[in-house]
Amino acid sequence: MASNTQEAAHGGGSAMPQLDFSTFGNQIFWLVVALVVIYLILSRVALPRIAAVLAERQGTITNDLAAAEDLKAKAVEAENAYNKALADARAEAQRIAAETRTEIQAGLDEAIAKADEQIAAKAAESEKAIAEIKAGALESVKAVATDTAEALVSALGGSADKDAVAAAVAERTKG
Amino acid sequence: MEGDIAQLGQFVGAGLAAIGSGAAAIGVGHVAGNFLAGALRNPSAAAGQTATLFIGIAFAEALGIFSFLVALLLMFAV
Amino acid sequence: MGKIFFFAALALVVVSGLIFAPAEAKLAIHPMDQFQVSALFGDHISWYTPTNVTLWMALAVAAVFALLVLGSSRRAIVPGRAQSVAELAYGFIYKMVEDVAGKDGVKFFPYIMTLFMFIVMANFLGLIPGSFTTTSHIAVTAVLAALVFVTVTVVGFVKNGVGFLGLFWVSSAPLALRPVLAIIELISYFVRPVSHSIRLAGNVMAGHAVLKVFAGFAAALGMFSFLPIFAITAVYALEVLVAFIQAYVFTILTCVYLKDALHPSH
Repeated sequence: MASNTQEAAHGGGSAMPQLDFSTFGNQIFWLVVALVVIYLILSRVALPRIAAVLAERQGTITNDLAAAEDLKAKAVEAENAYNKALADARAEAQRIAAETRTEIQAGLDEAIAKADEQIAAKAAESEKAIAEIKAGALESVKAVATDTAEALVSALGGSADKDAVAAAVAERTKG
Repeated sequence: MEGDIAQLGQFVGAGLAAIGSGAAAIGVGHVAGNFLAGALRNPSAAAGQTATLFIGIAFAEALGIFSFLVALLLMFAV
Repeated sequence: MGKIFFFAALALVVVSGLIFAPAEAKLAIHPMDQFQVSALFGDHISWYTPTNVTLWMALAVAAVFALLVLGSSRRAIVPGRAQSVAELAYGFIYKMVEDVAGKDGVKFFPYIMTLFMFIVMANFLGLIPGSFTTTSHIAVTAVLAALVFVTVTVVGFVKNGVGFLGLFWVSSAPLALRPVLAIIELISYFVRPVSHSIRLAGNVMAGHAVLKVFAGFAAALGMFSFLPIFAITAVYALEVLVAFIQAYVFTILTCVYLKDALHPSH
């Protein structure tokens, strides 16, 4: 192994400080000190703290997710309620419309029936009037025919028997 | 050891030992290349194997470092 | 905008190369000098002397403290920048331990987090120009690896008793092969801390030495010094990557070894 006196023998090269055993004790001592200090720092302070922070963040995220889930459920509920209200309103509207329709129909029917009745009454009255008029007209036709027949008979020189003429007119107008 | 012949032997030996570094380079390239070939065939499995890749590279490289160390010892420590 | 910066930097490098070109260019590279352990006060180094090792390890500890303790001190639900990085590091290592070592490996999480944070901070601090890289020393990484080795072995025997030796007895192999495999497994088990430590130290050392070598080229090349400087920039980028990857690899190998200790069945 190299010693400092030997290194001059080599062409410009110096010995490897890594193999200088006189410094090993020093290095090992300080290394152990450094490792122990780091270990204490890590295990006492740093690692528990970082673990706590990470756990806390995980907890926060979980909570936030749960809250979001809650809100979502609420939103779905609200939507359902809205849909239900909408359906209710629609059914109500339909019911009202149907009711109105039947009401109107009933009114209409009544009005139509009344109108029919009135029409029928009017028609009957008219018929009666027509019948009266017709009867009146027949009477007049008989009278006119009797008068005419009497006038014809007297004009032809005969004397007209009122009863015979009336009978003849009745006979003829019967058909 | 004393004298120029010994020094010559040291330097020649150190040079020969340095060949090992090149061999280690081939080895590391082999490892990395084969990993890449496999990773391109099945990219989804590649991510889980990077640790294995580094272990393989480390083992291959360690032997190159040994030869480098031998070269250093010959140069500076014998 | 980026282009303007690029060409300005290029011009700056070339001009400074021309101005500061050494009178006599000579190739004097000392790539290993940066790893020299030196006492902060005085010359003598005994085991308790405050050295540059002490300084840079203290800075690594301070960096870990700043990131993980000060960074998370606000305990914000919506994290700021530092807290995000702290949480990222926490989640990264926690997931690695859980995935690789299993659920029952989680109680070693602070231990593994300690190793990872120390290595990654030491590596990154070592990338500051002029700094000292503690993880480039075999002594340091060997202690780290030995800690892992001892922990894994002790945990293996405590958890599984003699059954831990089943790790070396490959029950899926033919019976005749098993003793041979047992010897190989045993050797590989004891080589683990060696490769574990040398991988980290070697990578870091190699990268820093390469930077230093290129810096030596830059000093020697005079007006063409911009070429090695670009190379240094590229290597530096690679070293930033390596600094993280080596910490990651060290940690994940620790987890793998821990898994072996917790579930030794082959």
